[in-house]
Amino acid sequence: MESLRIPILKIENVLIASIQVALHDASAVQFKDDLLQRIYDTKARGLIVDLTAVDVVDSFIGRLISDIAAMAGLMGTRVVITGLQPAVAITLVELGLELPHVLTALNLEKGLAMLRRQVEESGDGAG
Amino acid sequence: MAQGKVAAIRSDLDIVIARTMARDTAKALGFGAIDQARIATAVSELARNIYLYAGTGSVSVREIERSGRKGIEIICEDQGPGISSIDLVMQDGYSTSRGMGMGLPGAKRLMDEFEIRSIEGQGTTITSRKWRT
Ligand SMILES: Nc1ncnc2c1ncn2[C@@H]1O[C@H](COP(=O)(O)OP(=O)(O)O)[C@@H](O)[C@H]1O
Ligand SMILES: [Mg+2]
Repeated sequence: MESLRIPILKIENVLIASIQVALHDASAVQFKDDLLQRIYDTKARGLIVDLTAVDVVDSFIGRLISDIAAMAGLMGTRVVITGLQPAVAITLVELGLELPHVLTALNLEKGLAMLRRQVEESGDGAG
Repeated sequence: MAQGKVAAIRSDLDIVIARTMARDTAKALGFGAIDQARIATAVSELARNIYLYAGTGSVSVREIERSGRKGIEIICEDQGPGISSIDLVMQDGYSTSRGMGMGLPGAKRLMDEFEIRSIEGQGTTITSRKWRT
């Protein structure tokens, strides 16, 4: 069965992926592979994964998100998770998952601003 | 008491179907948004365990009532290999599949009641409940 591909947009040096469908395991793994390939191809300095439409983050997806952040970090790309619903954030903590290496911002706009600041501070310049 | 619902677990797609069924039922029973997320997440963990460790099984969801309180009961059943030490699998971080080992202990924290019955070589039944506040 073919898995649903999540579109990955590029704006200047930042990649943005917004998850709009319930990810089953195979499509989640596909998403991770696609993201890492796009980071490599585009040399993006930042990545935003927007979870506004995601209503369940279990330990499988939680692990996937921290893996994406850790692997992107090794390639010099900062990752910001945006739009985490309050119920999802509460559930993640109760489940016992902390997401190390993962920065979060309230929404896409704040996430972009956060990445711009970080990239500037690290002296790489924006754009 | 309302009629329950059952989802068969045969593939990773069924994990999504089972947790959506549990969330919809919880919502219909009047659970708030945070409890809906807790219930859906617990079911996601338990259904994935069925898929990963037993191959196939089922998740049933129904409304329950005890001394005037309403709640939801979720029964996850499989005829897989069973669990030899429940104490061990309930420890945070214990996994035989290089998983995070947070599924069972995490699901227990998300629900109000959580019971595992398992016989090696015969299968596992996990009954969990959450009460409406
Ligand atoms: N339905 C099941 N049948 C047999 N073994 C199971 C089942 N569910 C869980 N287990 C065992 O319990 C361990 C812990 O499960 P869990 O807490 O969900 O963590 P993980 O799935 O990340 O390993 C699993 O690694 C597996 O060995
Ligand atoms: Mg598990």
